[in-house]
Amino acid sequence: MSFELETALSPEKLRRVAIDPVSRVEGHGKVTILLDDDNKVHQVRLHIVEFRGFEKFIQGRPYWEVPVMVQRLCGICPVSHHLAASKALDMILGVKQLTPTAEKIRRLMHFGQILQSHALHFFHLSSPDLLFGFGSDVAARNIVGVIAAHPEIAKKGVLLRKYGQEVIRMTAGKRVHGTGSVPGGVNKSLTPEERAELLKDAYQMVAWSRDAVGLIRQLFEQNLAEYNAFGRFRSAGMCLVRADGAMDLYHGGLRARDIEGKPLFDHFNYGRYWDVIAEDVKPWSYMKFPFFKSLGPDEGSYRVGPLTRVTQCDHIPTPLADREREDFVGFDGGSAAGATLGYHWARMIEMLHAAEGIKDLLHDDDIVGSDLMATGQRQERGVGVIEAPRGTLIHHYRVDENDLVIRANLIVSTTHNNQAMNTAVREVAKKYLNGREITEGLLNHIEIAIRAFDPCLSCATHALGQMPLEVALVGADGTLIDDVTRDQRGLTRAP
Amino acid sequence: MNATNTFQLDGVDIPFTPGQTIMQAATAHGVYIPHLCWHPDFSAHGSCKLCTVKIKGRFGASCTIEAQAGMKVENRIAEIDDKRRTLLQMLFVEGNHFCPSCEKSGNCTLQATAYELNMMSPHFDMFYPDRPVDASHPDILLDFNRCIMCSLCVAASSEVDGKNVFYMGGRGILGRRVHISSESGKLGDTDFALTDRAAHICPVGVILPKRKGFEVPIGKRSYDQAPISAHVKKAAP
Repeated sequence: MSFELETALSPEKLRRVAIDPVSRVEGHGKVTILLDDDNKVHQVRLHIVEFRGFEKFIQGRPYWEVPVMVQRLCGICPVSHHLAASKALDMILGVKQLTPTAEKIRRLMHFGQILQSHALHFFHLSSPDLLFGFGSDVAARNIVGVIAAHPEIAKKGVLLRKYGQEVIRMTAGKRVHGTGSVPGGVNKSLTPEERAELLKDAYQMVAWSRDAVGLIRQLFEQNLAEYNAFGRFRSAGMCLVRADGAMDLYHGGLRARDIEGKPLFDHFNYGRYWDVIAEDVKPWSYMKFPFFKSLGPDEGSYRVGPLTRVTQCDHIPTPLADREREDFVGFDGGSAAGATLGYHWARMIEMLHAAEGIKDLLHDDDIVGSDLMATGQRQERGVGVIEAPRGTLIHHYRVDENDLVIRANLIVSTTHNNQAMNTAVREVAKKYLNGREITEGLLNHIEIAIRAFDPCLSCATHALGQMPLEVALVGADGTLIDDVTRDQRGLTRAP
Repeated sequence: MNATNTFQLDGVDIPFTPGQTIMQAATAHGVYIPHLCWHPDFSAHGSCKLCTVKIKGRFGASCTIEAQAGMKVENRIAEIDDKRRTLLQMLFVEGNHFCPSCEKSGNCTLQATAYELNMMSPHFDMFYPDRPVDASHPDILLDFNRCIMCSLCVAASSEVDGKNVFYMGGRGILGRRVHISSESGKLGDTDFALTDRAAHICPVGVILPKRKGFEVPIGKRSYDQAPISAHVKKAAP
């Protein structure tokens, strides 16, 4: 079956060497800082090269493939893309109302996603900074260090995440990259056995989520001045809210408030998001800069995610989380609600909401129902918006008469937060870098500011706790003063 | 059947009736011989070579070799499975097989066979051929990215449906492919129907009913339940 000399005798035992372009993956960030002769900061830029290409390569694919394909954008929050795409394709199928079972299974899946992603972000990725200190020993500043020093906290984090993943597995078929949500509904509901299995631990997850809110509150109280000031800036914000103004992470209208907290639009139909949002481009970044059209590109940037959602909603529709929301927005005269590190507090409140939501849905008989699919009058265009763990996520598709996707536009949470993250990094650099030599501790301060927004950039799936980061100090005359890179090899300084 | 009508397949006695191929007899007895282009309802053509077995030190396609009494046939031995794995790897790189987003995943013979043979990676460089998707038919999608040239659709359309919707044409690894028998070359301009046998014969994800993708949840798909070899065993009378 093989020709002489054409194939090595045992190719499987040989090592294959290939050189490929190393394309950009999630988690690789670069910060550039411009300083004058006195090392005063003049320019700071966060670069995130988010070339994904999904918008292009799903063109020409059948629409029913899209929710499964686009979720590969991310290994942390694939459910968000899975559901946002499904919602957009519901619209294309003309489905205005899912069956109760389908809607509740999707919501359950989404709560599982919020729970596991927020737990991962807070406990695995961020808690080392918060528990040990921003400039603490780098050798211990990781989840292994948390396990050693705070085993009970670490255990809760790991098991909360595991529970969220189990919810996803039972609703989507797999912990990561399942197929449960399909255009027009879902392909499975829960079996009575799965429901009973999840119910066993549901109350424990609520209790542990409350503990997590207590932990971040305690950290805030202990480090009030530092936490309040760290990377602080004022910003407009946007999120989905339910018709009654309540937090709704799965569906609703868009609510936006300006930098003063005044309404810009409310309950806006996201099916026409382009009427209120546009995207700016800048020559130094591959990532776009979304802005509110009414304010223009210079004044119209905004932030999304837990902090915005918790502070902009009128209430949270689960009692324990709502009580925590009230405490949070009233804490120290509202100071934490405007702090960059307030994202973590808000995140834990949302995790509590997700745990309560899971518990409530598990008591709803619709989740074991058999009516899974709805139909409607076919449309050409569909928009799906969902509140992903780290912010508003927009999927927008056009499908031709042959069922193939002809256009796609995705505005992901990280993109919404592009300007906000840049601002936070600048604030941190101004405060901590001015006139100082770059140290690992400095790099970590910058990373903490980024991490408050988006765990994808914390490189969670690639290099836990070791986000590749490059900081270049360039003098006003363009001279490179210092260039430090941290990657898997550690901290290296250019000669 | 008389006592002499048996042959040994990996040391197991397999009964056969005269005229049966090794593949037919083994399948009827619930013993799995890896294969892709063979189908019990259609004449064998020995193309994919995955069903190659070893008889007296010589290799041959078990789907085309008639069983003989007393024959000693080697099937699932490392030497042959290694070659089968290589053949599979070549099939995977020759087309565009992206299992993670393919609706046939879990029901795909190519994928199931790769799992059966412990194929862990494509090993070779991907070809990334530019193959068309034909969505012109109202009920059926053709995604040639996944075609393995088994030609079962050609046989089914011709032998069962009597329509000759498909034919093999072109030359070379990248040139040879399944074509559509219509002036435009589009499936939408043929009388192909969802009820045709050829619409349900594809072992991979080329011929697909539209708007049905991912209907079956993970865990309930054919090969989620059991490996392909167990399916053959279970289906045996």
